[in-house]
Amino acid sequence: MHEISLATALISLVHEQAMAARARRVTRLVLEIGTLSHVDTHALRFAVDAAALGGLAEGATLEIQEPEGTAYCLDCETSVAIAARGAPCPRCGGVKLLVQGGDEMRLKEMEVV
Amino acid sequence: MCGTCGCGQGEKRVEDLHPHQTHDHAGHGHSHEHGHDHAHWHEHSHTHPDGTSHAHSHSHEHEYSHAHAHAQASSHRHTRGDDAAAGETRLLSVERDILARNDAIAAENRRALQAASTLALNLVSSPGSGKTALLVETLKRIGDKYPLAVIEGDQETTADADRIRATGVPAIQINTGKGCHLDADLVRTAMARLRTPANGILFIENVGNLVCPAGFDLGEAHKVVIVSVTEGEDKPLKYSGMFAASALMVVTKTDLLPHLDIDIDRLIENARRINPTIGVLKLSAKSGEGMDRWIHWLETARALRLATD
Repeated sequence: MHEISLATALISLVHEQAMAARARRVTRLVLEIGTLSHVDTHALRFAVDAAALGGLAEGATLEIQEPEGTAYCLDCETSVAIAARGAPCPRCGGVKLLVQGGDEMRLKEMEVV
Repeated sequence: MCGTCGCGQGEKRVEDLHPHQTHDHAGHGHSHEHGHDHAHWHEHSHTHPDGTSHAHSHSHEHEYSHAHAHAQASSHRHTRGDDAAAGETRLLSVERDILARNDAIAAENRRALQAASTLALNLVSSPGSGKTALLVETLKRIGDKYPLAVIEGDQETTADADRIRATGVPAIQINTGKGCHLDADLVRTAMARLRTPANGILFIENVGNLVCPAGFDLGEAHKVVIVSVTEGEDKPLKYSGMFAASALMVVTKTDLLPHLDIDIDRLIENARRINPTIGVLKLSAKSGEGMDRWIHWLETARALRLATD
């Protein structure tokens, strides 16, 4: 999707945090990009590398955690793991599921010097 | 490229504005460095869909400081100062949404709209779904009943805003240039230029794209996803993010149904598979079939907006 917009928003957040912490350089970024978030992590890596050029986070290692999707099945009234939106409930085969998690796009932590 | 927000200079523009005036550097907040460490804890409760709720608390330490902003157009860094903690690697716990800045501006837009009792709808669809035709037909029907205004998003041209203005309703065009979606900052700028229709409806016609606009809150009350009958039954499954984020699906161009093989019931079933609570309307802006129910939905949503703070 909009990996370039996300990457520039991320780098601006990283700069803000790094400056507040009086860091000279950012060496590692840990992101949480849920599997239901429609982000192509390969494209995101490429975009983050490009967006970081010339700034405090240039060359930082990018670690991306991809939490699985979770949903609440209205048919069997259970929280279940799902691989994609629209996938049936793995327990009862029901198709009325409310997504509860796995769509996050977060900067979790960063390593700075 | 603007170093703070990454937007392309000279690409995005709101009608009548100079290219790079469209967003506000004063709000970017270049931070000062004055760090102080502190620990704090949160307590919050969750309500599960089955009605049970529980509260729990957790604490964590922040090793970094609050940033505070000062309005300045230039970008500069204080970080390379001699007083920076030298040489040692530190791990900062951040835990912030990547789009936090967009979401904060969207919240501001939402507050302004609520204060004016304006119902704002974010209309999203693929290119060519008939969004503008539906909007023009809608404005013809209720343009003299309620205060209305339109924000038009497109990569290029003011053609759509021109079509809207021909109905007599105020409209402003945002050209996103290479951007594939509207963001809250562009909408804030447009809202400042266009009088907010107090007690009425603000339609925000997003860039034709079923992917990216799903992730960007603009401050609207609802997203309305528009799908034409020529697009096939599988759209909700292929572009699930948008259907998950929308409160209503409007199926357009139903006058073409006799010429097509589409199974509308399957389209609706697929949309509900992604979003069990999505509302559905079928209409043709051309023949007028179903338009009454759409107008009724709009009037009801507006009444709900007026009935609550």
